[in-house]
Amino acid sequence: MSDEEIDALLEEYKELFTPQLKHELSIKLKNAARKRGVTREDVIKIIEFAAKNYHQALIDPGEAVGTITAQSIGEPSTQMTLRVFHYAGVREYNVTLGLPRLIEIVDARKQPETPIMEIYLSEDVKHDLERVKAIARQIESTLVENVTREFTIDYTEGLVTVMLDPDMLQDKGVSVEQVVEVLKNLEVGEVEVSSENPYELRVLLSEEYLDPVKVEKLRTKILQAHVKGLYGIKKTIIQRRGDEYVIIAEGSNLEEVMRIPGVDWRRIYTNNIHEVEKVLGIEAARSAIIREIKNTLDDQGLDVDIRHIMLLADMMTWTGHVRQVGRMGIAGEKPSVLAKATFETTIQKLVESAVSGEEDKLPSITENIIIGQIIPVGTGLVQVYMNPQLIKKGESELIDSR
Amino acid sequence: MKTYSKGDTLSNVLTTRVSRVKFGIMSPDEIRKMSVTTVVTTDVYDNDGLPIDGGVMDKRMGAIEPGETCPICGNTRDSCPGHFGHIELAKPVVHVSFVKHILVYLKTTCESCGRIKIPEEERQEYLKLLRDLEELGLIYLKKRLHEYIRRKAASTAACPHCGAPSKKIKLEKPYSFYVQTETELRRLTPSEIRERLEKISDEDVALLGGDPRDARPEWMVLTVLPVPPRTARPSITLETGIRSEDDLTHKLVDIVRVNNRLKEHVESGAPRAIIEEEWELLQYHVATYIDNEVSGIPVARHRSGKVLKGIAQRLKGKEGRFRGDLRGKRVDFSARTVISPDPSLGVNEVGVPEDIAKILTIPERVTPWNIEFLRKLVLNGPEKWPGANYVTRPDGRKISLKYVDRKAVAESLEPGFIVERHILDGDIALFNRQPSLHRISVMAHVVRVLPYKTLRLNPLVCPPYNADFDGDEMNLHIPQSEEARAEARLLMLVEKHILTPRYGGPVIGGLQDYISGAYLLTVKSTILTKEKAATLLATTGYKGDLPEPAILKPNEYWTGKQLVSLFLPRDFNYKRNSKLGSASALRCIDEDCPHDSLVIIKKGVLLEGVLDKASIGREEPESLVHWLIKDYGEDFGRYFMDSVYKMFVRTCEMHGFTMSYDHLIVSKDARLSIDKLIGEELKEAEELIQLYREGKLTPRPGKTLEESLEDEIIDTLSKKLLDKVAEVITQYFKLSNPVVIMARTGARGNPVNLTQMSGLLGQQTVRGKRLVRGYQGRMLPHFKPGDIGAEARGFIKSGFVDGLDPLELFFHAAAGREGLIDTAVRTSQSGYMQRRLINALQDLRVFYDGTVRTASGEIVQLLYGEDGVDPMKSDHGKAVNVDRVIEKFLG
Repeated sequence: MSDEEIDALLEEYKELFTPQLKHELSIKLKNAARKRGVTREDVIKIIEFAAKNYHQALIDPGEAVGTITAQSIGEPSTQMTLRVFHYAGVREYNVTLGLPRLIEIVDARKQPETPIMEIYLSEDVKHDLERVKAIARQIESTLVENVTREFTIDYTEGLVTVMLDPDMLQDKGVSVEQVVEVLKNLEVGEVEVSSENPYELRVLLSEEYLDPVKVEKLRTKILQAHVKGLYGIKKTIIQRRGDEYVIIAEGSNLEEVMRIPGVDWRRIYTNNIHEVEKVLGIEAARSAIIREIKNTLDDQGLDVDIRHIMLLADMMTWTGHVRQVGRMGIAGEKPSVLAKATFETTIQKLVESAVSGEEDKLPSITENIIIGQIIPVGTGLVQVYMNPQLIKKGESELIDSR
Repeated sequence: MKTYSKGDTLSNVLTTRVSRVKFGIMSPDEIRKMSVTTVVTTDVYDNDGLPIDGGVMDKRMGAIEPGETCPICGNTRDSCPGHFGHIELAKPVVHVSFVKHILVYLKTTCESCGRIKIPEEERQEYLKLLRDLEELGLIYLKKRLHEYIRRKAASTAACPHCGAPSKKIKLEKPYSFYVQTETELRRLTPSEIRERLEKISDEDVALLGGDPRDARPEWMVLTVLPVPPRTARPSITLETGIRSEDDLTHKLVDIVRVNNRLKEHVESGAPRAIIEEEWELLQYHVATYIDNEVSGIPVARHRSGKVLKGIAQRLKGKEGRFRGDLRGKRVDFSARTVISPDPSLGVNEVGVPEDIAKILTIPERVTPWNIEFLRKLVLNGPEKWPGANYVTRPDGRKISLKYVDRKAVAESLEPGFIVERHILDGDIALFNRQPSLHRISVMAHVVRVLPYKTLRLNPLVCPPYNADFDGDEMNLHIPQSEEARAEARLLMLVEKHILTPRYGGPVIGGLQDYISGAYLLTVKSTILTKEKAATLLATTGYKGDLPEPAILKPNEYWTGKQLVSLFLPRDFNYKRNSKLGSASALRCIDEDCPHDSLVIIKKGVLLEGVLDKASIGREEPESLVHWLIKDYGEDFGRYFMDSVYKMFVRTCEMHGFTMSYDHLIVSKDARLSIDKLIGEELKEAEELIQLYREGKLTPRPGKTLEESLEDEIIDTLSKKLLDKVAEVITQYFKLSNPVVIMARTGARGNPVNLTQMSGLLGQQTVRGKRLVRGYQGRMLPHFKPGDIGAEARGFIKSGFVDGLDPLELFFHAAAGREGLIDTAVRTSQSGYMQRRLINALQDLRVFYDGTVRTASGEIVQLLYGEDGVDPMKSDHGKAVNVDRVIEKFLG
């Protein structure tokens, strides 16, 4: 059979499959046809058998998919390591992995413990190391501290001396003037460049600093002053991947990095889910959750079906914002009072519902267990009614006699 | 209310369902109405030890002593539900749990006219909006609106209705309210608070998120205190005859005492200061009675100093009423004891000791078809298995067979009687091992009553339970209703769970000796005499003929592959690499390869390849057993495990599979070359340190010089060195060595373990760093401070075969301890995470239209998993394995 014939045949059966399955069948059938030739009957048989298989594999109504998902993710997590390992490929950074990372994702923390970005670059830049370095420099946030070699405070004269490191200045692409400008903007005193040494900056303090606590504050204020770069990006490293250069950044600032010219914003990656939600929307956040969980599990060599992860991600995102798995999120927004009270903060939940006169309609599992009723899930969902009139005579006598 | 007895069937119970539970606050009227007595006196018992009427243990509040009948409902201890009493408080007190809500009501309403501080038109608007939202069922939005109204009303400076300026209300935790005026800070008494709350109209209460019918705000200030029934606070009589009262009873006595004193003072017109002092004390006792963990006041204690449990403490936490008693219930008809392995059992069987079988029973209804059989059981009675423990007559009378004339009872047996007979072979039971992390921690097994005292299971089902036999205990439950037994058989049997929904592959499968045995049986060098072949086949219960021998002359010999092929379906094809082939030296790319590591099955004949973990192992998706189960069903899977797997173990036994010290010893030459390698790498580490000292070491990007040095040394001394040593060692380990067989086939251990035993352990690490902790600048006093050489920082040059020297033992112990701590921390963390996951997801289920929805019907997924496929029925995640389908039809 020719390719067209196979496609035409598949088209006839298309209602029996998902598009993905149809696509896979089409490719593989064509391949087989090319290799060894197939008859129309064979193809029909294969399609029908595949359709039968697909329909047999469908999930049953009433299946407690949520519980299965929770168990499928929870059970393997007991086998995870607790340690924080080096990231595969980026040995320079410690990246939270394993159980702590999984908990972090599920908790929907505002900021991951080790935020990281992978910044891919546009076609014209990605092969040019110098230009890549320039972008990296532009992105990396530089503080006064990073370009300072020596820092002294003279209390008696109210003088702060900042000795800049010429090598670091060059490396970070910062000029002395820029630093002077930054120090001026701090408005702690007059700034001047020493006449003997162009790298020695002096700040004549306008206030007296005698309190050691205040001095310490001043020190951090000056040293932590932001010279250039993007907030949140602590460090960058350039890495070669295949034929291109990629910037790996410690810290994350998706919105700003996407605006930088020369950055391929289509391929940019961050492990900060909240940033993805803010910048790219809830669908992107869902994908980010799925990808992050999948990567964490794969990294530990744990095999979990993608459907479970998708369900968890959907549950976390279906309201339109990322919700935490726990009492501040999904568990806290349940419709049932008893279910909420059972989980955490029992008294608080009971009091709140009493004050507002809430009604528990017993929709879910926990309440029905509490009440002692059959849970509305799985086989608890179906009931069999018997019509006594339809029972054969002999049998009904037997039933009556008990 | 209908009560249920054991004879009731499920459908009976279903006819009366609780449809909803309403929450609210009890009004004083309601409390008085349900009360059977007023508690007025602090005396509890009279001189004869009988409860005093009007005391906190008044008999009218329920029967709790054996033989006592309740004066209110006439029931005895077992059936009296208990009745509430009440205390009339001399002066009102604030309910501690509601202080925050009282504050909101006070802040949002006007002091003088009692109306909500929102202009009339706006008020009407909100009322309408609330009604609309209610009608649309938008609960979240309703909550948000309430919050908005509250905030708005609270921030209004003057009452828009009467113009009275609003004064600032302050709450001083836990229960004192103050009014701030320009001049002073005046304390509001609970009476004043109550008066203000009474003035709030029903409509305004609804606007503020309250429920005027079931939770009027003034009810948050108590004037009447309900006294819980005696059943809720039973007293215990100790052996010495001393009565010990429940915490709540103690607290109630305190409340009554203070209340009586306060009443006296008020009636006798005592000075205000004294009254206020007593009032405050009453407030304290009522507060700690309700919740004894309120911050800001001292906790109430026993005379002994033990902290009393308030009502809140009874409900809270893991052992509280909710999680401890309501969500987790205790059951009858269960057993628990130590487990031990029994490979001769079927995978879906459980061996139950006779002693247990005599206690666990199943109610069986007498019919004309089983009456003779049940008579025999009744005659045997409870002591002799198989027997019966009880007979229930149609009128509901239950006869214990322990103390009666069993002959007479057996004679009187008629259809309609129910006999609680001992469990017998073939009954169904649920088997469980904690922690029950996933659903396959509970599976249904078929009972086999056996001698001795342990529960027994086939070692093949260890993986789903995560069980071993170092003292593990497991639980057994006997389903009592026909419905439960049917569900157990249809849904929970072991064979229904060989494939797991976690990844769509088999969780149950060969492990340890099963795998070694499979290898030994199917390896090319194994040839079996007729006797051996027959012995092996006999263990499987095989009934057919022996196949044509593979070797005819000089003697008849069979191969192991022939025997395995006997159990494969005739139309089964399979081709996959074995675990053995995962090592590059033993990989087969083509058919006819000397290593025999490519498993090829054509038309049900195992042509080539050894069976090992990749083919028959547990947790191996897309393996031989997986495809067999997919193509021929789970029953065939069970049959395969009950037959072929038994043959594997038998092979192991016949072959005599063991491992000894000698198997790990390498030759002198090898040891010399290993030592040379160690010397080289140590020298390299030394050079690194030298470089570091001279400051010539190039730091790794993003690391300090010191960190870089540590990283380099670890790389050199563990990974690089171990790899090199492994290379040397492998030459000395042939596939005839049982240790190597285990490591290569995946039965137990891995090549790294081999190196660690025969070669060296290498660099020990704690938290990914070399060992540093201990003394200042050194780990042990045997080194000089500041020594950062390999030996001083946890490098172990010996392997287990040679033994570690004392210092090395310490290094190894330090690194080993980390693993233990890691496990301890991890279990608690992942346990909590799983609890939260379950709680968040448990209500999701698939509806008939294929969508996944929450309990209240909100759609979470339009089609489960985007393709509607059950992962358990999938092929390792794929809905259909197209390659296999094509192969099946085209060959």
